[in-house]
Amino acid sequence: MDITVNGAKTYAYTGGRPFDATKPTVVFIHGVLNDHSVWILQSRYLAHHGFNVLAIDLPGHCRSEGEAPETVEQAADFIAALLDAAGVQRAALVGHSWGSLIALEAAARLQDRVTHLVLVGTASPMKVSPALIESSLNEPEKALKLVNVFSRSTLAAPPSALGPGTWVYGAGMALGRRVLRSNPKVNVFHRGFVACDRYANGEAAVAAIACPVLFLLGEQDQMTHPKAAQSLIHAAKAAGKAVSVVKLPVGHHQMTETPDATLFALRDFLRG
Amino acid sequence: MSGYSDPGFDTLALHAGASPDPATGARAVPIHLTTSFVFESSDHAAALFNLERAGHVYSRISNPTNAVFEQRMAALEGGIGAIATASGQAALHLAVATLMGAGSHIVASTALYGGSQNLLHYTMRRFGIETTFVKPGDIDGWRAAVRPNTKLFFGETVGNPGLDVLDIPTIAQIAHEAGAPLLVDSTLTTPYLIKPLELGADLVYHSATKFLSGHGTVIGGVLVDGGSFDWEASGRFPELTEAYEGFHHMVFSEESTVGAFLLRARREGLRDFGACMSPHSAWLILQGIETLSLRMDRHMANTEKVVQFLASHPLVSRVGHPLLESHPSHTLAQKLLRFGARGAGSVFSFDIKGSREQGKAFIEALKIFSHLANVGDCRSLVIHPASTTHFRMSDEALAGAGIGPGTIRLSIGLEDADDLIDDLKRALKAAEKAGA
Repeated sequence: MDITVNGAKTYAYTGGRPFDATKPTVVFIHGVLNDHSVWILQSRYLAHHGFNVLAIDLPGHCRSEGEAPETVEQAADFIAALLDAAGVQRAALVGHSWGSLIALEAAARLQDRVTHLVLVGTASPMKVSPALIESSLNEPEKALKLVNVFSRSTLAAPPSALGPGTWVYGAGMALGRRVLRSNPKVNVFHRGFVACDRYANGEAAVAAIACPVLFLLGEQDQMTHPKAAQSLIHAAKAAGKAVSVVKLPVGHHQMTETPDATLFALRDFLRG
Repeated sequence: MSGYSDPGFDTLALHAGASPDPATGARAVPIHLTTSFVFESSDHAAALFNLERAGHVYSRISNPTNAVFEQRMAALEGGIGAIATASGQAALHLAVATLMGAGSHIVASTALYGGSQNLLHYTMRRFGIETTFVKPGDIDGWRAAVRPNTKLFFGETVGNPGLDVLDIPTIAQIAHEAGAPLLVDSTLTTPYLIKPLELGADLVYHSATKFLSGHGTVIGGVLVDGGSFDWEASGRFPELTEAYEGFHHMVFSEESTVGAFLLRARREGLRDFGACMSPHSAWLILQGIETLSLRMDRHMANTEKVVQFLASHPLVSRVGHPLLESHPSHTLAQKLLRFGARGAGSVFSFDIKGSREQGKAFIEALKIFSHLANVGDCRSLVIHPASTTHFRMSDEALAGAGIGPGTIRLSIGLEDADDLIDDLKRALKAAEKAGA
C-alpha cells in the first residue's frame, strides 16, 4: 500500500493482508541497494500469523518517492513519521544491515513506541572502505558485484524468496541494479554506504532503547562479521537491556540464504 | 576474477545449486523420485501453499533435483532463477502463456526451429495470439512490426539452421522501447558460447535435450529469467502487476521486484499447464552440464575442421556457418559470441549441387552420421530439413528461414574429426554417382 509520509508517497508491502493497525505492527527496513522484497517470506508469514506488516521501500528507493536519506538519523526520523502517518502507535522494528542502524536509531528516539528491535546483519561502527565507497559512486556495477559476492556464503541456497530454483546471487545482482536505476537523481548505493560509514551513535542508541533487542547474525558474514556486533551487544547488556543473540550458519543475506531459520528467530522473538 | 566466492563457469557448472546431501552425505545430486513432500504441520502446509515459506509441495510445481538444475542454469546464464520444463517447446509455451492471453501479439524472427514456428504461427494463433515474423537481420522490420498489443520479441541466438546470428543488443533495445521483453532461444549455443542476458535479453530458454544434456538421452527444457525487465514500468503486463484471483489475489510484481515473471510462471504455468520435468530427466541433464565446456570445445574444434572440408569440396555449393567470411552473420558472430564465429555452434547446413535424389543418396551413404531428428548429441547427426523438421513450411517461408529444398543439416558430434570427414567424403562421392 502507499502511505503519504512527509508529503511523499511511501510504499509498504503488507504481506498479502489488508493493513490493520489494531494488530501488533512490524516494520521491516531494508539495507543499501535493497527494497521491501528482501523480506518477502518473513513478512508474508507474519502478516498471516497475527501481525500487521509494513515492509517499506525507503524514500527514494524503488516504489517510494521522496529524498533518499543522507544519514541514519534522517532515516530514523522518517520511520517515526511513517508510524505517525500510518496511525501506528507502537511497532516492532526489524532492520537489515543499513536498515539495522536505522531501526536502532529510530528505537532510541521512539522509546516505548517500539515494542521489539531486531538487528539483522548489524555492526557498530559499520565502516565501509573508502575504495568501496568511491567504487559505489563511479563504478557501481563493479561495487555491486563485490558486495554481492561478500554477502553470499553458499552456491546452494535452499528454496528462497522466489521459491525453489532461485539463484540468490543473481537475484541480488538484479535487485541491486533495479534499485540503483529506480532513482535517476541520486546514487542511493553511494548515499547509503556513506550513511552507514558515518553513523557513530550505535552504542549510545542501544543503551537508550526501551525494548528487548534481538541480534540476528550470520556466522559466515563477510560484510558485517559477528565480531563487529559485539560492541553493540556489550553496550546493550551493560545498559541492562533484554538481549537475545541468534547466529545462523550463513552470510550477510540471512533472509534469502536461510529463510526459515531467519523467520523462526524473528517469530519467536516477536511473540516473546 | 573468479574465486570461491565468485566462481567461474566450470565451477558453477559443477557446483551451483548443489552441496553434499545433508541427510546422506551423497556427493552427487540425489534423484528425488517422489511426487510429494511431507508437511511438518498444518501450519507448514498452509505456509507453503501461500508462499509464506519456501519449499517443495508437489513435484509438478517443484522438486529438489529439478531445483539444482534450475539454480545451475540460472547461475550459468546470469539469471535470478529458472524453471525446468518437460521440453524446450514447453519452456517456450510457458513463457508465452505467462506473459499474455488472447488479443496479444509477438514479434519473432523468421529463423526459428520448425517446432517454434509451428507453435507461434499455427497453434498460438488458434488461442488468439498473433505473431509477426521478421528476418533476424531486418532491424527496421523488427521496429515496424510493433503493435499496441505487442507483448514479446523472440528469436534464436543463432537461427536454426541458417545460423543467422541475432543482434541481441539491438533487438533488445527495440523491444524495450516498445515496452516488451526479449526472449531468446539459446539451445544451439548454450551459456558457454553466449550469454543473452548480458547482451540485453530478458528471458532465455533452452531445449535441454540438446547440448546441455549432450548425449541424446533425455527430453527437457529450461526457462531462465534475467530479472531485468520492469513489468510495472512497461504497463503492458497486468498478469504480473495486478492482483491475480487465481493465486491468493497476489500481485506478483509486489511480491518480488525482480522475480514476478518466475513467480507467476511456476505458480500458474506449472500448476495449470503441467508441463513439468521428471527429476530423473533433471539428473541426466545435470550430468551433461557438468562437462558442458569440455564437450562444447570439442564440438567447436570438430565443426571448424568439417566446415573447412565442406567449403573446399567441389560438390558443395554453400556452407552456412559464420566461420566463413561469406556468411551474412560472420561479423556479428565475431562481435557477440564468446569465441567469435567459432562459437556459432556445431549445427549448420550446407547445400549439395544437384537434385533431391542426390541429396537423398548423400544421406543414405553416411555411416557415422545418424539420420534422425535431433541436434546437439555427442554423436554426429544429419537431416534434410525441408522434408522433416520444417516440412510444414511453404517454400517461401523456408526461403525466409534460409533453407533450400536441397539443404542438408549437420550436427557435429565428438567423434574423431578425421572419421567424420571421411564419412562425408564417401557420402559426397555417392551423391556424385547418383547424379551421373
